[in-house]
Amino acid sequence: MMKRRKLGRGVTVVGAGMSKFGMYKDKDSKDLFFEAFQEMVRSVDKGLDPNDIDALYVGNFSNDFFMHQSHWGPILTDLIGVTPIPATRTEGACASSALAFREGVFAIASGFYDVVLVGGVEEMSKCSTELVAEGLALAAVPYENEVGFTFPGVFGTIATAYFAKYGATHENLMDVTIKSHNNAPLNPKAQFPFTIRDIMNSKIEKAKSQGGPLPEWQTEKDFLRDPRANPPVAWPMHLFDCCPITDGASCMLLVAEEIAANFTNDPLYVVGIGQGSGRGLHAAPTLTSFEATKRAAEEAYGMSGLTPRDIQFAEVHDCFSMAEILHIEDLGFFKAGEGYKAVSDGLTRLDGPKPINTSGGLKCKGHPVGATGISQLIEVWTQLRNKAGKRQVPIKDLRIGAAHNLGGTGGTCTLTILERR
Amino acid sequence: MEERAFSDISYAQFLGEEKLMGSNCKQCGAVYVPPRPKCIKCHNSDMQWIEMKGTGKLAAFTSISIGPAFMIEEGYNRKNPYCVGVVELDEGPRVDARIESVEPSKPGNIKVGTPMTVKFLRRGESVDKKTYLAFEPL
Repeated sequence: MMKRRKLGRGVTVVGAGMSKFGMYKDKDSKDLFFEAFQEMVRSVDKGLDPNDIDALYVGNFSNDFFMHQSHWGPILTDLIGVTPIPATRTEGACASSALAFREGVFAIASGFYDVVLVGGVEEMSKCSTELVAEGLALAAVPYENEVGFTFPGVFGTIATAYFAKYGATHENLMDVTIKSHNNAPLNPKAQFPFTIRDIMNSKIEKAKSQGGPLPEWQTEKDFLRDPRANPPVAWPMHLFDCCPITDGASCMLLVAEEIAANFTNDPLYVVGIGQGSGRGLHAAPTLTSFEATKRAAEEAYGMSGLTPRDIQFAEVHDCFSMAEILHIEDLGFFKAGEGYKAVSDGLTRLDGPKPINTSGGLKCKGHPVGATGISQLIEVWTQLRNKAGKRQVPIKDLRIGAAHNLGGTGGTCTLTILERR
Repeated sequence: MEERAFSDISYAQFLGEEKLMGSNCKQCGAVYVPPRPKCIKCHNSDMQWIEMKGTGKLAAFTSISIGPAFMIEEGYNRKNPYCVGVVELDEGPRVDARIESVEPSKPGNIKVGTPMTVKFLRRGESVDKKTYLAFEPL
């Protein structure tokens, strides 16, 4: 039995903001972080004096590689005018900002700080696609890189193992894609706010205007089965199984529970926070599960006293469609080998019993890697505070949501559970 | 050969000699490929080298259409994809490897569980020449 871990004192979230996600020629990391910060400041019900911020933790995976600029902590404290407070960058590949959140929580729980800004930023689209792929591969394990694996290849490999073990097919992965694309148009921050049907219609219109032969797709799956519309990237991962390249930033304001009322009457409580580490494909205990996710979940559930059943909705790290299925099993929402059925049966849709990735997920909202972890928590914040508009989860008495963030080949995973009281 | 460190560098040197080598815990018998300098099961660090037979079965694979720069330089692309995968050796450990002598453009025909045998691939020129692990159906 794992030791039950507790925070030294309660920590709450009292503000949150993110930039719009997308590919921007005319915005850089500072512009994006400023956009996120300004939205966060506006979200604090009773206002925020920036001079009250004690410290900054910011997640960034690889702006050093993508933009030839490292050391983002002090650049951002200067940007928002809070120098010389301490500024620390965290790096855990695609889980970098979930680590920033966690360090911020610990800094407050320890009693050392009262008000901490946590955030994440990544600027990727000014790099060529080949360089982005090379940069992202820095987070894999060397044995994978040297024989020619890519990240889509890692998840394609996992998919063949999963298919062989449980009988799932690529048709089930299409249900993940279709579901995420159904949520995305309801999210004003999403990079691709389109349903698969929207994309089909626009391609048909384009074919009509060009006088070419009209595609014969009837259903969304006809479209996704068409290799011209949805070419393989790393079979069985196709284009629409993969998240895009994205620029973006996110941030949240954490404060000690005893002073939360100075900022809002409606704080969210950090009730569970877990993290784990994992190994590459060759050494992982199985190819169809991430040990780091399981460890993170065990820690977060243990701390909160909650079970997977208590999590009313969640954002999970769907860098690839296959990943989403693994995570909803590893987090205990569904049994091993049954996640794909749950998705295909509609259980994870916005109106299902366990909504997953109501934001559109990494697939449609976008994946600026260092900003992703906190952007997932912002979706949880938005839903729990009933501010999600048309994508509001239609569950009565929405109180508990979670975000799962993954880096590398499952090398770093986190689970964070927030509660509205 | 017992004097070589249980490291990635030694592992690569052995591949250059066309040997697939792992480390073997003298205390509990666990086998690791690539080699580990200590046993992560019993935390003993008294290890010995052990040569793998070089046979196993395909545990999982993918056919990659968009590869890293060095694979593109070798001529692989959307029209000419290549396969990589994970092979479970008969001795138990799993390894990442290129998968050769299959049809990457027809990945649906490649089956998980297929018996495989090792093949050593060379890449690069003169001093940069390195040997990489590959497997092909037995």
